[in-house]
Amino acid sequence: MLKVDTKDKETLFDPLFRAGFGFYTLIGVLLLVIAWGVFLYVRQIILGLGVTAMDRPSYWGLYMVNFIFFIGISHAGTLISAILRVTQAEWRRPITRIAEAITAFALVVGTFQILFDIGRPDRLLFVFFHGRLQSPLLWDAFSVTAYFLGSVTYLYLPIIPDAALMRDNLPENAPAWRRTLYRMLALGWRGNRTQWIRLERFIAVMAVLIIPVAVSVHTIISWILATTVQPGWHSTVFGPYFVVGAIYSGIAALFIAMTVMRRTMHLEEYITERQYRNLGLIFITMSAIWFYFTYAEHLTQAAGQLAEEWPVLAAKLWGQYAGTFWVMVVLMIIAFWVMVIPQLTPRSWGRVPVFRPRFTFASALVSAAVVALLLAPQAKPVVADISSVLPRGVLVVIAIAFALLSGISILPWLKERLVDSMVIASACVLVGMWLERWNIVVPTMTHPRLIPYSAYGPSLTEWSLFAASIALFILLFAIFFKLFPPVSVWEVMEGRIIDQTQSAAKVPLPEPSEQRRPVPSFGSGRAGD
Amino acid sequence: MTRWSMVIDLEKCVACQGCSIACRFENNTPAVSPDLAQDGREIRWNDVFPTPQEEHGEYPNTKTHYMTRPCMHCENPPCIKVCPVQATYIDEEGLVRQNYARCIGCRFCTVACPYGVRYFNWYAPEFDPDLAQHLNPDRIEGKGDLEGPAVRPKGVVEKCTYCIHRLKKARAQAEAEGREIRSDEYIPACVQTCTGKARFFGDLDDPESTVSKLAKSERAFRLLEEVGTHPKTIYLEEGE
Repeated sequence: MLKVDTKDKETLFDPLFRAGFGFYTLIGVLLLVIAWGVFLYVRQIILGLGVTAMDRPSYWGLYMVNFIFFIGISHAGTLISAILRVTQAEWRRPITRIAEAITAFALVVGTFQILFDIGRPDRLLFVFFHGRLQSPLLWDAFSVTAYFLGSVTYLYLPIIPDAALMRDNLPENAPAWRRTLYRMLALGWRGNRTQWIRLERFIAVMAVLIIPVAVSVHTIISWILATTVQPGWHSTVFGPYFVVGAIYSGIAALFIAMTVMRRTMHLEEYITERQYRNLGLIFITMSAIWFYFTYAEHLTQAAGQLAEEWPVLAAKLWGQYAGTFWVMVVLMIIAFWVMVIPQLTPRSWGRVPVFRPRFTFASALVSAAVVALLLAPQAKPVVADISSVLPRGVLVVIAIAFALLSGISILPWLKERLVDSMVIASACVLVGMWLERWNIVVPTMTHPRLIPYSAYGPSLTEWSLFAASIALFILLFAIFFKLFPPVSVWEVMEGRIIDQTQSAAKVPLPEPSEQRRPVPSFGSGRAGD
Repeated sequence: MTRWSMVIDLEKCVACQGCSIACRFENNTPAVSPDLAQDGREIRWNDVFPTPQEEHGEYPNTKTHYMTRPCMHCENPPCIKVCPVQATYIDEEGLVRQNYARCIGCRFCTVACPYGVRYFNWYAPEFDPDLAQHLNPDRIEGKGDLEGPAVRPKGVVEKCTYCIHRLKKARAQAEAEGREIRSDEYIPACVQTCTGKARFFGDLDDPESTVSKLAKSERAFRLLEEVGTHPKTIYLEEGE
């Protein structure tokens, strides 16, 4: 019998055997969305890919964008948790399980995008029987398969001791099939010394092996595009650019997932602000590298102005794709602002009554209104009067000024709420990274060499399969965390022992988040509070 | 070694689109409805289109240049390198071929081809009932192999083959008569039908053939030479 802390049992194990109305509603809604997606996919198989909006020259569309996006998300887990394990970052312990689960499920959903996209899914296995070594799609098939098998193993290994803990600490009302499940998954784990040495060694080896595989996966996806001679894709920076983007969006997904788990399962004592702060530092780094690569990629195209590449870039900067391009840029700037700037502001600013969320909303609204005025296609009489009084340049300055004002006035609010600000930044990054994939795939497709330029907007089938993919991802995630604890229990227990031994030998540094000065209250807005 | 090649003299081309029609009937490419064509779903192995450059001359004496475009049958084809299942490949005579029984429909080749000569079957092909009874019965079939004018299933990629079934037939004929094949026994349908006699076909490795002589012409050029594909479809420049 393996023993587990009563408190751990109450917070981590017991909720796995309780499912409320909310859980079943969630599952029901997700299943509905998935059923709709399955219906449209079967229809697509029967009728052909003509039900999508893809055409000549837009031979690839939303499915390809989603494939790159979901495989990118999968870099959340295994890569991050492997790097943190190898570098022995102690704070990783409570978040590795969530990160690894994201990897496994994002890979499942990402692989589905290939099934959606190919014209003959029945011949998919030809890739293994008749593969051509030169084809980046073949490399991709092998690297994604390797990554998936590696990730599942890597997700399963730390589950072995946890499954044993569950097996020995089941509540009375546990159904019989779950007893069997945990007994099987525990593989006869007794927690003796030989088993521990074997497990730790296996995990250590896997952690090292999985890092190059993970890097190869998104590099190869970028090579699918970069090895062609198509304008805008034939770039040497694509490999590292995609890997950085993948890790960036992966961390965003991890932040959102761990916050959801933290809120719903009340894991505040396990996933603390320390995790948010340290992972946030990696997030900021990735953000900076992403900006650097994006700038480098677009600068070389802009400076070269090659006959075929220039129309693609122009379409992004001020043409047909200016909307998605600039929304991406603005979202990434907001994310960077939310992550970095609050850390640089003095705490005392919170006492100044101007720094209030309501002023933020007000100035954001003003800024949005001015932008709408600028973009309005045909100015109505009243609007025309305003724009004749104020030239466009002044309007641009006003929009930027109010946007800055709204960004500045929110700073103390964000500074007090590390978790919320990371979630806001993550949401911006997830949408921004999806748009980035879109801006890479679609403009090149619609601006080919010898075919007239065209436009592409996904059809209902494509959007529905996107929604179904997200629903499938959430469903897998929800069911998985009804079966297994969201936190790797044995790793947390191990961490506590390490902490205790260390604190016996030396005085640990205090947690900065635990030594707070009193927080100024918000909302009252009166001077002197 | 034989390297089949086509030379198109743009000076002689009258843009009648006869080649496109001959190709359509020779190779069973289905015609799609105007709506689908508007959506970019039409299949034209041999396309005739105005070149992107602006019309020149002063109204009313303006002139539009037309380009007629079969597959380039590149010596360094970008399409075959990206195919994950070897459904498209270059054979020993330099023909870039497409196996409909192998293609998984990933459309990587259509994306990689800088000339846009590859077409995808978005829906199962449909033929006018009268036409359906008069499809070209020729095909190249083997174990796991389906090429040529065979009616394509939905979800696969297809392209100009230089009428490879005609080569097979000519070769079979020559073999039956116990002799070597003569290079004038094999020409694609578009070359045969060309109104202006603007198209020439033959063996580029034979220094005496028309195509290898024309390929050395001062007017000879290849499409998008800068992408390094080395096409075997060679154009002769049009005068002003």
